[in-house]
Amino acid sequence: MTVNNLGKHKLLAEYKYKPAKLYRGYTSKSLYVNLSDNKIKEKEVTEMMKEKFIGGRGFGLWYLWNATTPNTRWNDPENEIIISPGPIGGITQYPGAGKSLVVTLSPNTGTVVDSNVGGYFGPLLKFSGWDALEVQGKAENDVVIFIDGNQGLVRIEEAPEEAVDSHILAEQLTELYADSEEDKRNISVVSAGTAAGNTMIGMLNFSFYDVRRKAVRLKQAGRGGIGTVLRDKKIKGIVVKFKGLKGDLNNPADFAKIAKTGVKLHKEICRLDDSQNRMRRNGTTFLAGIMNDYDLLPVHNFKYGSHPDGSQLAANNWVKMFDPGKADGCWYGCTLGCSKVVVDFELKTGPYKGQKVIVDGPEYETIAGVGSNLGIFDREYILECNFYCDTYGIDTISFGTTTAFIMECYENGIINKQITGGLELNFGNKEAVLELLHQMSRGEGFGKMAGLGIKKLKEIFIKEYGADPQFVNDIGMEAKGLEYAEYVSKESLVQQAGFGLANKGPQHDEAWLIFMDMVNNQLPTFEDKAEALHYFPMFRTWLGLVGLCKLPWNDIVPESNKDTEEPAKIIEHVQNYVDLFNAVTGKNIDIDGMIRQSEGVYQFQRVFNLRMGFGTREYDKVPYRSMGPVTVEEYESRRERYDNQLKELVGVDPEGKSTEEKIKILRKYREEQYEKITDAVYERRGWTKNGVPKLETLQKLGMDFPEVVELVKRYQ
Amino acid sequence: MYKTLIIKEELCTACGACENVCSRVYFKEENREKSAIRIENKPDGIKITACSQCGQCIDLCPVEALYRDKNGIIRIKKELCVGCFSCVGFCPEGAMFFHGDYTEPFKCTACGLCVKECPTGAIAIKG
Repeated sequence: MTVNNLGKHKLLAEYKYKPAKLYRGYTSKSLYVNLSDNKIKEKEVTEMMKEKFIGGRGFGLWYLWNATTPNTRWNDPENEIIISPGPIGGITQYPGAGKSLVVTLSPNTGTVVDSNVGGYFGPLLKFSGWDALEVQGKAENDVVIFIDGNQGLVRIEEAPEEAVDSHILAEQLTELYADSEEDKRNISVVSAGTAAGNTMIGMLNFSFYDVRRKAVRLKQAGRGGIGTVLRDKKIKGIVVKFKGLKGDLNNPADFAKIAKTGVKLHKEICRLDDSQNRMRRNGTTFLAGIMNDYDLLPVHNFKYGSHPDGSQLAANNWVKMFDPGKADGCWYGCTLGCSKVVVDFELKTGPYKGQKVIVDGPEYETIAGVGSNLGIFDREYILECNFYCDTYGIDTISFGTTTAFIMECYENGIINKQITGGLELNFGNKEAVLELLHQMSRGEGFGKMAGLGIKKLKEIFIKEYGADPQFVNDIGMEAKGLEYAEYVSKESLVQQAGFGLANKGPQHDEAWLIFMDMVNNQLPTFEDKAEALHYFPMFRTWLGLVGLCKLPWNDIVPESNKDTEEPAKIIEHVQNYVDLFNAVTGKNIDIDGMIRQSEGVYQFQRVFNLRMGFGTREYDKVPYRSMGPVTVEEYESRRERYDNQLKELVGVDPEGKSTEEKIKILRKYREEQYEKITDAVYERRGWTKNGVPKLETLQKLGMDFPEVVELVKRYQ
Repeated sequence: MYKTLIIKEELCTACGACENVCSRVYFKEENREKSAIRIENKPDGIKITACSQCGQCIDLCPVEALYRDKNGIIRIKKELCVGCFSCVGFCPEGAMFFHGDYTEPFKCTACGLCVKECPTGAIAIKG
């Protein structure tokens, strides 16, 4: 098929360029592609951009800000998808250094969203000469954008024949553009899938070629509906090809320092992983058992935090299904190697029924999202659902959380079989869940409605089906339009705010504080929590500016960490990052400087939300299900805990009170706590009481661009 | 039977002749940091580190740049190596080395040059 299909590609535009030489982590060029008029050009990456926005997510935010207006919507041609790896991205010596950051206007939230992803695309893009790729406009027919970093060639090609679903398409495009089997490692494909085009929760797959298994593997930029934007632009795939990878292509200022820092972490992982999280064997599945044990694993739409069958989802059961591998990184040199894989998995449903496929993962979020949160503890089903979400281009988190909401509504009679077209969407019904997913791919039936996501479903259920607004708003686990990631935050105020105050919506990559709060008990006081909600989002944002993964920061911990002043920070690893940044760029920042870099970009993103009509306090509200028990059976299931809290924290004797009364009192207390922590965090971040960055904060951080100042002034 | 370096630490005087010849031949300078055999004077005696050709690194390499040749020696295909140093971090003997001047790791290939230089017979080639 290879040669035939290339023949069927119609060349719409071709651009020849001289690949820029890298200097200290940057090419100082970005690639701009417009699909409406098939224009391709290069732009300078300015010193201002490097100084203030650093790279990765920062570059994405800056380009998107300039490309759009407050009136731009996600499906307008002006909306862009920006992919950027950051200055450290692409080094091969330190684990987790191949991340791409993707930024767009989100169909879920209506404002800017960022998502991070592994796979080879970002680094190969940079080594092809580009610090970022900006795609604007919409094609008439399905296209492939092809970047050849050796030839210095960018093409827009109509691609009518290839599949849309990623597990076929990524393989087809890899075959098509690789010169040989040996050359496949030099290709990476960005794609979505059929369901991405029919829903608002589409995601992007970023491929890498697994030379041992001779297979195309996929990593996901899951959050915020970016796959939906890709398909709306009629992009089938974006392909980069670059041959000649070496360990020093970033042309860093101090390669020896990078090598030394990398080897130090490799040795640490070698020495300690088996006795810590066993990431090399388990991937992120290790979390499922722990979360169940600590009553933090979402069950039945976050109603409960554990289930008697939860142990079915624990790591020891998954490991038996994984194909053992010792080099399972999603970029070279990641010895933490969490990219686990199940091979020869025979599909039992859907259009690919009977095919034996590779399933990338499952990762913890998927296990909890499409498994326990839907009351399903069947691992074969979870693999099937994981595979189809990936190939259809659907975010497993949004799919899981949305379906959990639908199931609770179904069980409460808000929707019925007539509305669902016959699907019995009770908790535990795995056949119905898979059919819902296949409907999303086909763009028909109730699946089409479900694919709108929780925010829009709530409106429909209230308006069309007479749902009680308070109930659906309480149990609909979305904030800012984004579905919740898979942690029960009820008993962790800091995680409630971690989700609620996150710039893009309730996603754990900004403030994953539940483990340090609930498992390690590292944030005992209110002040600890408020400070954590400043420091950690800033620190984690930084990783997304430079192209690094978060897992090697805290999923492996040096022996001496327990004796440090603040063990939650894992300061030795933070210092590693500072050393890497300085060694790549030749700059000389310290930890405070690193946080300052993040603060600037973080504040800018908050202002971007404001510009799009969000970004004030009312948009930091969260559904009560994320804070405490909504229903009687929910309270009763943990009555002793809640009764004790009423006595000890609220000072109310629960004796003789009905459960409804107790729910009400507890709710008042918890909502006050949330407001209190919101105030404290706003203060710490230099925001007004309404959650708007103060002018002086923006001035201090050098983010006082005229347009920003003009906008923010109105809210001071 | 693989060709390997046999080590008799009790005979070693830590004169460093092996390190010098190794780095001189392979990196054109006398610098023990660039030697594929390392001698350390430890409180409990002298420690000699060089690859035993166990081959555990082969599966760790993400690009399949490590392989065992027909003589049983573990070798590095430099054209495939991307310089990640995973093999350096995970070598059970600490016998895969790196140096900041180079993007690929290096190791003992049991060439035997150091054996010829050793004045005490502390190292020998087997196989």
